[in-house]
Amino acid sequence: MENKILSKEIGKKLVLLANESLCRGAIESGVDFVSTYPGTPASEIGNTFWQIKEDLKKINSNFHFEFSTNEKVALEAGAGAAFSGLKSLVAFKHFGLNVASDFLCTLMYSGIEGSMVIFVADDPSCWSSAQSEQNSRFYSLMAHIPTLEPSTPQEFKDFTKFAFKLSEKFKIPIMLRSTTRASHQSGPVILEKIPDFKSKFPKFIKNPKKFSTMPPRVLEMKKELLEKIETIKRESEKSNLNKIIYGKNKSKEKFGIVTSGVSFLYTMEALEKLNLKLPVLKLGFVYPLPARKILNFLKKLKKVLIVEELEPYLEREIAILAQKANLKVEILGKGEKIEGGRIWRERKAILPQIGELKPEYVEIAISKLLNKKLFFNYQLHLKQFEKIKIPPRPPILCPACQYWAVINSIKKIANLQEIIFGGEIGCYMLFSHKVINLQDYLYCMGSSVSIAHGISKATEQKVIAFVGDSSFFHAGIPALINAVFNQSNPLIIILENQTTAMTGHQPHPGVGDGQAIKIEEIVRACGIKNVKVVDQVENPKELEDAIKEFLEKKEPSVIIARHICTLLEKKKKT
Amino acid sequence: MHFAREKEKNMKKDFNLIIVGVGGQGQITLLRILQEAALHENRNFKGSELHGLSQRGGSVEVHFRMGKNVFSPLVSQGDADLIVCLEMQEALRALYYASQKTQFLINKLIIPIPGEEVTSEDQILNSLKGFTQKIEIIEASKICKEKLQKEILAGVYLLGLAQKRGFIPLKKESLEEGIKRTIGEKYLNENLEAFRFSQF
Repeated sequence: MENKILSKEIGKKLVLLANESLCRGAIESGVDFVSTYPGTPASEIGNTFWQIKEDLKKINSNFHFEFSTNEKVALEAGAGAAFSGLKSLVAFKHFGLNVASDFLCTLMYSGIEGSMVIFVADDPSCWSSAQSEQNSRFYSLMAHIPTLEPSTPQEFKDFTKFAFKLSEKFKIPIMLRSTTRASHQSGPVILEKIPDFKSKFPKFIKNPKKFSTMPPRVLEMKKELLEKIETIKRESEKSNLNKIIYGKNKSKEKFGIVTSGVSFLYTMEALEKLNLKLPVLKLGFVYPLPARKILNFLKKLKKVLIVEELEPYLEREIAILAQKANLKVEILGKGEKIEGGRIWRERKAILPQIGELKPEYVEIAISKLLNKKLFFNYQLHLKQFEKIKIPPRPPILCPACQYWAVINSIKKIANLQEIIFGGEIGCYMLFSHKVINLQDYLYCMGSSVSIAHGISKATEQKVIAFVGDSSFFHAGIPALINAVFNQSNPLIIILENQTTAMTGHQPHPGVGDGQAIKIEEIVRACGIKNVKVVDQVENPKELEDAIKEFLEKKEPSVIIARHICTLLEKKKKT
Repeated sequence: MHFAREKEKNMKKDFNLIIVGVGGQGQITLLRILQEAALHENRNFKGSELHGLSQRGGSVEVHFRMGKNVFSPLVSQGDADLIVCLEMQEALRALYYASQKTQFLINKLIIPIPGEEVTSEDQILNSLKGFTQKIEIIEASKICKEKLQKEILAGVYLLGLAQKRGFIPLKKESLEEGIKRTIGEKYLNENLEAFRFSQF
């Protein structure tokens, strides 16, 4: 059965997740090259193209999809395709943008040839992120990347198409930024035409002046970039992606709202609930900002509320604009108090900096500022709710997970008080669950091994560092080489479940369509002398013996615990 | 009740539904069915779901909203019209969305939480009654296991039951259509059977 996302019925309404709608937008733009590394809330981009890549090849012989080894590689691969004249889409979550940022900041200097759209999904409230919530809009400022924020599933498609056009026009990558609740909302999306494929002959045309960054040329490139941004700012001023709702309404309070993304939806919901029609400026461009449009909007107001998630980005930028223009408007947003969480309990500030927004937070903020009575006593309701004892149900490893065998072996033989356990990103970060309790630190991908190295150099303590197979390929290899090069002695347990399980069973280089790369060969080539491959489920005793032996070693050692993810095994059988 | 909507008639007439349960019980599939049914009736609607980390045996809630001017994909605090609970203890967490107007439809099933004491049915009911009197407990998992040999069908069964009781303003035929558009061939018949079974 053909995937619904490839439907040729023009005008048909399809229920799509916003992220799927973005994929359809890329397809309707004639995307040629998609590269990504899985990470929720952006995983559906890769999953969708992975499912339809063969169908797309039939439509477009240039089409290529890949799960790259990490996000930096994905961005570089996508750039290479765009340098050669193709349309490329690169997608990752906020951590992925951090990994790719080294390349991004330079890529913006040169720009591209074809077109390129970069999708990044932030995760306020950390619903699918162990490590941190992040406001990626600050990268827009730092890297000078034009950034759009869609609000609805339909806009995810429309903005993607606009982004490809803008990118092609200015030969510059465009970022689409989303958050969890924007990406994981679903609703009807109207389909438009998938273009007929016109045969292209992609070619990298030599032009060192454009693609080779070296001083003093590189500073000229920066000038060219900043000039391009000035031109795009004029596009932003004209664009109907930035629009005013209830603009003709003249409230006696002279109170307005500036917002974007999912926060716009909460704002409109709040206004409906409060039965108010205040002027709202909805920004589709969050970089470069349409300064004149914003100032014109502010001029008529005494107070403006900036509704946005996480750290105040729009609030700061707009405050600077207003101050420079000598406007007397009061700009309100995050307030002085540091507050927030999964559920915002204090509700003393105007809007919280920590955790995602919810529609009622915006409703409460507007009612406070306008002294308008709420139709529902949220604070009293919250008090009542907080009185109830609710047992927490954090995620935990599946009952049949092959990692339980590793946990059991370690608990049986290792000194749990003495040994430090290093965690990593993947299902096994659930080793932090209180019934397992084998995680003394947890940061980004690749870090378990390098931190273990640092601890074992600094102290006499023994460290067992866990790293998954996909993580190992992603960022673990340089860390492993470092432990050999700089001579420390952690025990590294590579949990090889032969997939990227947590994000939905995507393949990785150890199991890929092409030549599967054996982890033990890499480990040995990195200079590790003590290497054992064991199936922890079949031979727990062998694992225990290996742990005992390797804990005594003066050099770094590696155990590869190889057993396929039991969920995937079941999936393959059915 | 102190926190009841004071001006109920002023409120807009949206339909706000929340489905809660434990990861793997099929909440996202149920949301898809509702959305396809709503699309079939050409209604305005929105859904919200969570993927990834939260699905690994943790609590999972999905939101479905339908109405003329529905903007937010999330239901507001205290604003749910219907809360379907696929697991009993999860009903407690869903109380954030409950008030006097809320109807609870609860699967009589307790999935213990590793490392936590089980909250008893009585305790759960006591807490719920502080918010709403409209509570119905159904042995959906048990019925589906006995009659259809498959516990996982409890969700579709409850959805059907909610429709039959008039808790969901969508037609029975539309929900059937939703099931047909959502469920793959292999599992379609058993899902339709569970849905129809709820209509007796």
